[in-house]
Amino acid sequence: MIEVGLGHYLTLGAIIFFLGIIGIFLNRKNVIVILMSIELILLAVNINLISFSIFTGDILGQIFTMLILTVAAAEAAIGLAIIVVYYRNRGSIRVEDINQMKG
Amino acid sequence: MITHAIFFYFFSIIAIFSALMVITSRSTINSVFFLILDFISVGCLFIMIGAEFLGMILLIVYVGAVAVLFLFVVMMLNVSDQKQSWFMGKKSTHIPAGLLFSVLIFLELLVVVGGWKYKDNLMSSSTLNLNSEYSNTHEIGNVMYTEYFLYFQISGIILLLSMIGAILLTYSKRENLKRQSYIDQISREKLTAVELKEVPFEKGVKVDD
Repeated sequence: MIEVGLGHYLTLGAIIFFLGIIGIFLNRKNVIVILMSIELILLAVNINLISFSIFTGDILGQIFTMLILTVAAAEAAIGLAIIVVYYRNRGSIRVEDINQMKG
Repeated sequence: MITHAIFFYFFSIIAIFSALMVITSRSTINSVFFLILDFISVGCLFIMIGAEFLGMILLIVYVGAVAVLFLFVVMMLNVSDQKQSWFMGKKSTHIPAGLLFSVLIFLELLVVVGGWKYKDNLMSSSTLNLNSEYSNTHEIGNVMYTEYFLYFQISGIILLLSMIGAILLTYSKRENLKRQSYIDQISREKLTAVELKEVPFEKGVKVDD
């Protein structure tokens, strides 16, 4: 318990990943919360990569984390732009109301 | 190492709590604030474990840019009147399925964490190499601009593409807006712009509009 090792960090990443997936499945509010859950999932992946990178002494994991940060920022920008356009056209971003594709 | 443990548990409990609040809080704006808190605490964890450059980048990029972007969108879109019905929907068939999936994935991740045969020196924090010759930023810079230069460039292109995409998506053409047309102005020539007329004496000339 006292000695914090790699397993603790991986468990933290697993818990945050789990909470992100629960957030995607369980929210009926609006799409923004789904985007935030995706951010949580990416954060969990970053925790895993960084802890492995630190504990194995390899810098490559941190490089990949930077790339993931880039992709996450791009994804957030595009997703929020799509949400803004959708709201402008439809007037609502509730999850139940988005059923045009009958998916 | 006791301080390491104390700070780890402190920040990770805050991170888990705020992640829980992101997905359960009643208003979207509270979710954004808890997301910011989550990023801050995980950034502190990164700084504590020795990846200080990425911790700072997390603070700057996520808290400074992405979360504020979320905040702007939430404020612009007037989602406050959309009362949520978490766990209270009429047809709540998605809730057991969602719980099942997420618990399964969580268990799988735990199996990965627990069942993987670590090297012995990987398990403890005594291998944390905090007093190396170079700082963390120095090490990242050493490889990022040499070995992984192409990845760096590609990430720049991804950012450029996302910027163009976001601007194109949200750009709306407005009607009856008077703009300069640069191409027309530049492509004028002397022959078409100026017309010489013979002016008769004491009669003047009529310029057609």
